[in-house]
Amino acid sequence: ATGAYPKRVKVVEVGPRDGLQNEKNLVPTPVKINLINMLSETGLQVIEATSFVSPKWVPQMADHTEVMQGINKLPGISYPVLTPNLKGFQAAVAAGAKEVSIFGAASELFTQKNINCSIEESLERFEEVMKAAKEANIPVRGYVSCVLGCPYEGKISAAKVAEVSKKMYSMGCYEISLGDTIGVGTPGSMKEMLTVVMKEVPLGALAVHCHDTYGQALANILVALQMGVSVVDASVAGLGGCPYAQGASGNVATEDLVYMLNGLGIHTGVDLQKLMDTGTFICNALNRKTNSKVSQASCRL
Amino acid sequence: QEPQASGLPEYIKIVEVGPRDGLQNEKVIVPTDIKIELINQLSKTGLPAIEVTSFVSSKWVPQMADHEEVMRGIERHPGVQYPVLTPNLQGFHSAVAGATEVSVFGAASESFSKMNINCSIEESIERFEEVIKSARNMNIPVRGYVSCALGCPYEGNVVPDKVAEVSKRLYSMGCYEISLGDTIGVGTPGSMKKMLEAVMKEIPLSALAVHCHDTYGQALANILTAIQMGVAVVDSSVAGLGGCPYAKGATGNVATEDVIYMLSGLGINTGVNLCAVMEAGNFICTALNKKTNSKVAQASFSTGII
Repeated sequence: ATGAYPKRVKVVEVGPRDGLQNEKNLVPTPVKINLINMLSETGLQVIEATSFVSPKWVPQMADHTEVMQGINKLPGISYPVLTPNLKGFQAAVAAGAKEVSIFGAASELFTQKNINCSIEESLERFEEVMKAAKEANIPVRGYVSCVLGCPYEGKISAAKVAEVSKKMYSMGCYEISLGDTIGVGTPGSMKEMLTVVMKEVPLGALAVHCHDTYGQALANILVALQMGVSVVDASVAGLGGCPYAQGASGNVATEDLVYMLNGLGIHTGVDLQKLMDTGTFICNALNRKTNSKVSQASCRL
Repeated sequence: QEPQASGLPEYIKIVEVGPRDGLQNEKVIVPTDIKIELINQLSKTGLPAIEVTSFVSSKWVPQMADHEEVMRGIERHPGVQYPVLTPNLQGFHSAVAGATEVSVFGAASESFSKMNINCSIEESIERFEEVIKSARNMNIPVRGYVSCALGCPYEGNVVPDKVAEVSKRLYSMGCYEISLGDTIGVGTPGSMKKMLEAVMKEIPLSALAVHCHDTYGQALANILTAIQMGVAVVDSSVAGLGGCPYAKGATGNVATEDVIYMLSGLGINTGVNLCAVMEAGNFICTALNKKTNSKVAQASFSTGII
């Protein structure tokens, strides 16, 4: 009944970007750099470093160039950065980026409220980035937000998710990360959504980005794994609250994910202890408690 | 073919352990009238079983010292079971006046048994034998718990065959249901599956329940694994009451609200009204002056949406 699991899972660490972007406290550049450097020692292969977006919109990522230039870039590790438009892409490449990400959404209202245009218009913008990235031989990862629900529209149809994912994949994104942006998904809706998306995008190009706002993240990830997905996004210490539910949690904690994958005998290459130490570091810097239950339990105070 | 869709139960019985397991493991002791009010509120949510209290010496468990008053004070709703813990014959005799169902607690770890109740697994089972015999004579159903099913705070790893052995003993002695407890929450879908495979060889699926702790954040994933294997009874605690006595500051029981949210999303019927449970959770957390451990409750109160 439980099916076979992938033998290996690639964990994409989004703490330094998605995590820090959604934390109340701002973190100084040297702390960000140290965070990323520590993460680079844990065995993680992909660490989302920063976002080349205007500091007017996202002040937490204002130091994107400094961070990009300041981090140790270890061989074999990818440090993707967000590039919402061509201008951001050009700045990212100038700063040394070798991989970029773009963000689409499966909800019209969300796209309107978030970036002030329609889904179609957002994809046209990305087309420019895709072109430039192709010319520069830079791989592009595509994110689709609101795949299991939208804070404005509520229910989201799986067909819409598949449509946007397919568009981004055919535009040239090597991977599509499906995001449960407000964490409302359950194993039921995850399965339904993936079943439809898998008809349009190859399994090997799919990733899940689950939020733990309703405590469902690991269960949702488990179902995705059972369906053959082998790339999972997570955030060290569960950094990054939910901007749509005050005080609620957001990203799933990388420690808790790795603990589960270890228990399933799935190879990640990640050293859990080093990861926990990194989580401790950044939580101290942010003056907050960890959102990782594994970390909480392992700390005998 | 969707392997995980088939084999999911249509209905899952939720056993609410907040008033007993939950409150017993909270730092703040709650007055009797608050306990009674909590149970009365839970009785209106559709929960089919609510573990009320524990007939254990108040010397050991002061939080449950008012067991008789609570038992007498609560409203009994038709169709709802109100089991109580009875660790020995003496506890059983005290409970029997009002109790219509009792529970006994075994463990799959010798060290845990010794540290917890000061005797070996074998000795503990002999004690339960007396309780179960008396209960059966009076037509009172007995639920058996097996602690440390996925790991022990003292022994570490616990062998699935040991869990199966202890479960089988309790079941053959007459327990109608065996609740397999991941006492320190260390289990993962991997170890849950292995343990259930071993236990399912000895005990019918319909007599099995899982009691998962969320200490390492694995509870819902473990519960999902169990229900995919056909388990149809799940223990949980309103607001995730009850920390872990073995990991300071860490969480314990999985929150009933979060379980219901997941089961609803899977199209599984529980008969339980999520909003009503959240209200009861809000009530008890206010009384305990603490934040809820339920993420669903946290998110719902902030957004105002459920």
